[in-house]
Amino acid sequence: MPLTNDANAADAAAVDTETDADALTATVVGGSGFAGGELLRLLAGHPNFELVGATSREYAGKSVGSVHPNLRGSDLRFVEPGDLDSADVLFAATPHGVSMAQIEEFYEVADTVVDLSADFRLNTTEQYEEWYDGHDAPDYLDEAVYALPELHREELPGANLIAAGGCNATATILGLYPLFEGDLLSGDEQIVADVKVGSSEGGAGASKAGSHPERSGVVRPYAPTGHRHEAEIEQELGASVSFSAHAVDMVRGAAATCHVFPEEPVSKGDLWGAFRGAYEEEPFVRLQSGGSGVYRYPEPKAVAGTNHAEVGFELDPGNERVVVFSAIDNLVKGTAGQAVHAANVALGFEETAGLEFQGLHPVGSP
Amino acid sequence: MTECVECGADVTLHEDSEVGEIVDCTTCGAELEVVDRHPPVLDRAPELEEDWGE
Repeated sequence: MPLTNDANAADAAAVDTETDADALTATVVGGSGFAGGELLRLLAGHPNFELVGATSREYAGKSVGSVHPNLRGSDLRFVEPGDLDSADVLFAATPHGVSMAQIEEFYEVADTVVDLSADFRLNTTEQYEEWYDGHDAPDYLDEAVYALPELHREELPGANLIAAGGCNATATILGLYPLFEGDLLSGDEQIVADVKVGSSEGGAGASKAGSHPERSGVVRPYAPTGHRHEAEIEQELGASVSFSAHAVDMVRGAAATCHVFPEEPVSKGDLWGAFRGAYEEEPFVRLQSGGSGVYRYPEPKAVAGTNHAEVGFELDPGNERVVVFSAIDNLVKGTAGQAVHAANVALGFEETAGLEFQGLHPVGSP
Repeated sequence: MTECVECGADVTLHEDSEVGEIVDCTTCGAELEVVDRHPPVLDRAPELEEDWGE
């Protein structure tokens, strides 16, 4: 069903928030999934957005809190996609293929579209032919900006179409990016990335492999080769990266371990220079490399529920290897938080607006 | 103000800091020992080794 500005849209009352008088209205397409739920949580608490709508075919008419228990108390109810009111910004948290099929309808609802799927992350039709099933709206690929502000801050202001990066890709890119930015890698080296991922990456839908008895306790290789996120990793870094993923027993989190073999010897000082140079001024990247205390390297538990990424490294001189670590919450920095961060930059808001949550400690399996 | 010997970031010592005091770098988390005050000089603090299954 296409999206329209139906005057008879359900009375999706705005969530009560302390919003700015000049707040922009925001709506979420596909609000019943895990990423959609995180968007609703973040936007409901955002000082510059007034959350005015959320769609779900399955749950139309029900309150958002009936699906996302952390949002109980909100007056907002899901509406059918065709009943969505117009808004300033549309966030789409729909499965792959939906946004590219409905991008024109999205633009009828909002001037700015932030898409959380893979539909606009890659730059060319050829990439979509190689890694996905082609593309239905290739004319929009040129205008899309990859959301990750740490790499695309200069391109985001004024962008009308923003493509949030994939969670595994985000973890991997953030880990390796300083090595390229600091000229410690040329792109000709062998790079191997292994990402441990939580079950929420699989989405809210049921599957046999994702049922609790099957999923609990596993360390399961998932897409050991040919993972689609490899395409955006290579696009963003400009280098070949051999990528594998393991499904592990946590709900939230993506932890990347990347092994790289620089052609020239590097020192810890070189590495600190590169990582500090890339991230010292970044509001959402924390460097954690050895240090002190219990959590000496990036740890998903330490960033669960937050838009922070932890990035670190260790030097292995005997093997001429650098091992890089990166940890994010896949649903926040890896999806919804990255989308809101990018929207903040695109729309001229304070970068950290709505994203200040520092996480919890101690906390169980995130 | 002085510099972390691990990552090179600025480290600010409070006025009453003393030689032998252990501080941590807020950038990299390294534990650092104050080995001199005027001017302030830091070195890596001695570390308690942990058994990580090695």
